[in-house]
Amino acid sequence: MRRLLKGGRVVDPANGVDGAFDVLIDGDRISRVGRDLPVDEGVQVIDVPKGFVVVPGLIDMHVHLREPGQEHKETIATGARSAVAGGFTAVACMPNTTPVNDSASITELMLKKAAEANLARVYPIGAVSRGSQGELLADIAELHKAGCCAISDDGKPVATALLMRRALEYASMFAMPVIDHCEDASLKGDGVAHEGFVASTLGLRGLPAAAETVMVQRDVTLAGLTGGHFHLAHMSVRGALRAVREGKSQGFPVTCEVAPHHFVLTDTYLESPIQYDTNCKMNPPLREQADMDAMIGGIVDGSVDVISTDHAPHHSDEKLQEFDRAPFGIVGLETCVPLVLDRLVHAGHISLTRAIELLSVNPARIIRRPGGSLAEGQVADITVLAPDATVTVVASKLRSKSKNTPFDGWTLRGAAAATIVGGRTVFINPDVAGAATFA
Amino acid sequence: MTMSSSRPRESDAVAEVVVRADVPMTRLKQKHLLGIADLSPEEIVLILDTATAMQEIAHRPIKKVPTLRGRTVVNLFFEPSTRTRTSFEVAEKRLSADTLNVAIATSSVVKGETLVDTALNLEAMSPDMIVMRHASSGACHLLSRICKSKIINAGDGMHEHPTQALLDAFTIRSHKGRLGGLKVAIVGDLLHSRVLRSNVLLLTKLGADVWLCGPPTLVPPGIERLGVTVTSNVETAVADADVIMMLRIQLERMQGAFFPSLREYFQVFGMTEERVRLARPDAIIMHPGPMNRGVEIASEVADGASSVILEQVANGVAVRMAVLYLLAGGVEHETAA
Repeated sequence: MRRLLKGGRVVDPANGVDGAFDVLIDGDRISRVGRDLPVDEGVQVIDVPKGFVVVPGLIDMHVHLREPGQEHKETIATGARSAVAGGFTAVACMPNTTPVNDSASITELMLKKAAEANLARVYPIGAVSRGSQGELLADIAELHKAGCCAISDDGKPVATALLMRRALEYASMFAMPVIDHCEDASLKGDGVAHEGFVASTLGLRGLPAAAETVMVQRDVTLAGLTGGHFHLAHMSVRGALRAVREGKSQGFPVTCEVAPHHFVLTDTYLESPIQYDTNCKMNPPLREQADMDAMIGGIVDGSVDVISTDHAPHHSDEKLQEFDRAPFGIVGLETCVPLVLDRLVHAGHISLTRAIELLSVNPARIIRRPGGSLAEGQVADITVLAPDATVTVVASKLRSKSKNTPFDGWTLRGAAAATIVGGRTVFINPDVAGAATFA
Repeated sequence: MTMSSSRPRESDAVAEVVVRADVPMTRLKQKHLLGIADLSPEEIVLILDTATAMQEIAHRPIKKVPTLRGRTVVNLFFEPSTRTRTSFEVAEKRLSADTLNVAIATSSVVKGETLVDTALNLEAMSPDMIVMRHASSGACHLLSRICKSKIINAGDGMHEHPTQALLDAFTIRSHKGRLGGLKVAIVGDLLHSRVLRSNVLLLTKLGADVWLCGPPTLVPPGIERLGVTVTSNVETAVADADVIMMLRIQLERMQGAFFPSLREYFQVFGMTEERVRLARPDAIIMHPGPMNRGVEIASEVADGASSVILEQVANGVAVRMAVLYLLAGGVEHETAA
């Protein structure tokens, strides 16, 4: 089937496109992008409503889908539903499931569940070490062959400098990035909140910024040593950003991502509006203002490659606990686009083009998967944005199986209107007027 | 001796509160007592003034007033506590409340029940107040969001221990007549201490000059932003102090490499008679207990003429009576009853 998205603004940074263009989809591929394309017989014409923007499908390269093993929090199907509801056409899911995704059989199970859900594309990330125990390398060639797009022991750091060195060297055979959750275990201790004034007054054990920075410095150094691609997961502190900039200036293969909560919230949200709000507990923790400002600075100047959500669903029973007992993490797939548009684009920090680089072009490039471009012949993964639509986040209405968001009740300007995966519309936002056009 | 024959004149304590409360405020704005952070200076003074009235009850032959008759107070203690739990219990009984003690060893928590479920089960029995001690900072805040009962924080993790700070302030005021302008030196494990946090908040709200002293490993980052002076020189901290408040050193802190040995700790920070002499001649020595003699405080100091440590314990009952009474509704409640 052929569909023509007619008359909308198209922003396609990979091809230098920003303007009024038509996009012709043929089956699951992009057929043509051009001005005033002819309407052939049998083509379904979709008149893109004024103000909507057609962009390459958004890719979240850092999510936790919890299946297998923790299906009470999320499944691959509910996670994929949440992804497309947030405007994401593809997600890369971390291997800290139960059991850990350190073998082809787990990867294949994930891909099978994703195919059954038939919503967003799901790219499993394999473990660096067997069982993510930080000792022996996982069967990385097998994981690569089964379809893993990267390796990571996320949830934990790659335990030792030697293991990280070996992982970078070994994975370079397959051009797979090693994604590291950087946090020195001894400095981290049993901390639960950013070490600083707020944690001190609340009596919460601190997670020092230096715990992140020292391991980023280690990994940047090792990327230089090995030439292997180190991708820093969920960067949150200014010291880590300095280390990344230093690595990039040396020409080392280093990339990094920032999660929306780290450019929108600071640790003061632990005090108000809800004291000890476990929906503001994540790892890395909400940092202080200077760190948040630095993250925005890195997003603006190009030091930051990717915005990814670290979507971490947890059941409400698990979050309704004492702060230090509640698990780390918040859901993020359905709040990311409104936060990026409202707090970065409308706030004047970045252009829409830059936002699409961060949310689509760069993640596709880093995990080496299709998308990130509306070039002819590319997969027809398309997100339609309504940058001026005003939406209110309602936690209970999230499509994710879990509702653990600190943004409940927030009104934001900008949303995903529709999500198209492989030429097929998989989500229409009922809260955005005009979105039904894409049915 | 039976209750009916020995019943005191029921309105005595209340009448005294009204007479002695020479501040405009006669009741608390807060429903709960979660921390000193939530109290205004006026509310703190109200509690201290009310405690003065309550203190008199301890000197009567019949140490009981009917103020909280028919009220149920649950003492929910998830951490071992002798001093605070018994102090609350005595306070509740002197006010004629029905008290129920729930200790962790006998509770369902060992069976894996969550705090929320434990609290909701207790709530189903319609208590009026829950006094809780818990190892997690913010546990009382969680309880206050899910329970209808009034919550009194008897110590939450490393966060606050508001009734301890109130009884400390009461003790200081009874000796010095005021809090404003006094130099108060607090020495010890500042990082892990809820007593420290509540005292800093209270003392700075009432205008004291607060000095904190401990090894840099045991100083909460950024604490000076609360308007206190931090030093690791104990002589500087206690020089010309009106009040020296010692904090307990937990013996297991050596394992976290916070300091090398108890011996060295005592050498550098222990409160000796020699160091006490640097303070004002009329300085008082305080300790929230339990003490480690020879670690943070020399026995000669703990038992010396300047020590008010046991007075603190006695005052704890009066202060907790005041808190219970005011949270129950204070004057207004009593006229309704």
